[in-house]
Amino acid sequence: MKAAAIELRHPFREADVRALPLGAAVSLSGAIYTGRDRLHRYLHDGGAAPIDLRDGAIFHCGPVVAPSSRADGGAGWRVVAAGPTTSSREDPYMPAIIARHGVRVILGKGGMGAATQAACREHGCVYVQVVGGAAAWLARRVRRVGRVWFLEEFGATEAMWEFEVAGLEGIVAIDARGESLFTAVRQDSERVLRRLLRGGPPERG
Amino acid sequence: MTEGSREDATGGWTATLVELIRRAATALPGDVIAALRGALQAEAHSCRAAGMLETIVANDVLAREDSTPLCQDTGTVTFFFRLPRASDHLALAASARAAIAEATRRGYLRRNTIDTLSGASRDDNVAPGAPVLHFEQRDGAPPEAWLLLKGGGCENMSAQYSLPDTRLQAGRDLEGARACVLDAAWRAQGMGCAPGILGVCIGGDRAEGYRAAKEQLLRPLTDTAAAPELAALERRLLAEANTLGIGPMGLGGATTLLGVKLTSLSRLPASYFVTVAYMCWACRRRGVVAAADGTPLRWLEWLET
Repeated sequence: MKAAAIELRHPFREADVRALPLGAAVSLSGAIYTGRDRLHRYLHDGGAAPIDLRDGAIFHCGPVVAPSSRADGGAGWRVVAAGPTTSSREDPYMPAIIARHGVRVILGKGGMGAATQAACREHGCVYVQVVGGAAAWLARRVRRVGRVWFLEEFGATEAMWEFEVAGLEGIVAIDARGESLFTAVRQDSERVLRRLLRGGPPERG
Repeated sequence: MTEGSREDATGGWTATLVELIRRAATALPGDVIAALRGALQAEAHSCRAAGMLETIVANDVLAREDSTPLCQDTGTVTFFFRLPRASDHLALAASARAAIAEATRRGYLRRNTIDTLSGASRDDNVAPGAPVLHFEQRDGAPPEAWLLLKGGGCENMSAQYSLPDTRLQAGRDLEGARACVLDAAWRAQGMGCAPGILGVCIGGDRAEGYRAAKEQLLRPLTDTAAAPELAALERRLLAEANTLGIGPMGLGGATTLLGVKLTSLSRLPASYFVTVAYMCWACRRRGVVAAADGTPLRWLEWLET
């Protein structure tokens, strides 16, 4: 998936995002923002975004971060592990957040439901699947940790972290037409399951 | 946490369990790596599936090099102690808690424990229900401590069936159990971070079913169940599940599961449970054989049965 990755850099323009084909490998660079259940619920319920998320990317991720000292002597953060969390938990909140905040890219794992797919189509947003669990690999794509919000209130895992990433790769699993790779896999695998469950007595050996 | 002389007596255990956590959290067991490499070859024709498996294998190398968690969800921390008679369970429980607090300070574990009522995050991962501790006593062998780290994404995909199940047309026999396991693999799709490993218990009550199903995840991917009918069903289910086409992370492919591990427990006449513990590809397990004072004698990557 490395050879053909389409390069995308923050801010993510609507025209570029709408042009991404389903299943394309993409490589993201620039600022992205983490968010999990607490942040999504907060934004959904009308909470103010601490920065402008228009043309931005939200990464469904609760990273492991460690304090680190910066060259200028100030305190900073270092990402130790940063894989995606299951995105479907944010399905109740995501459509409203896409509509209200103009988010262009969602990074996560496992895909999202019909309402989020419709929001992707209506507002011009894509869902990018990154490899679940590959947290050490993904942490290496974070060049710098920027600001952090809601650290006290939500805790480090649920806080909103600003990551400066380079070459963060994934696959467009829901495109801006609202089409989902997961839907096809689910439907095809359901046909196989039906056949297996209808099958006669077990084969011997 | 310090408890005077008791802490002195178990300080060796605390250090050993910290090391056990480090090993489990930061490097996959050899059998899982071998299975992932095998899957990579099987998926050579599929750019997408192969690409994800390449990332998964590369991730293990990086985590190992740096002793950092290979997955950011360092999971429910579950210890299985296998101990001689007259072992001090209270002291070992204290050591396990101290080890987790220290492993969290060192960054082997994420702050991953939430107070369910208040929503507050615990700084040290020590709370009621965390860690999970199982003690078993036996004669004629030195103490062993086993550790399973199982993330929330895959735990959410675990499932328990009560047979008969009319939807699946599953009766109270091994054919019925087979239908449950295939259904669980299908329902999980890629959401449990496929390719997964299924630990399955047929029988038991609901609570023991989950415990025994999870314990199967300590077994190597290369072994087979002792009971011949379960061994045959393990092979069949693995082959059948891999025809589903769900593939790595649910984006399609020939590798939906890396292993199926079955066991059975007795049941009540009125009950027939099939319990499926879905483990992601990041199957983090380790064991250690230790002296009574906790001095490590041998580090293990899977449970020999």
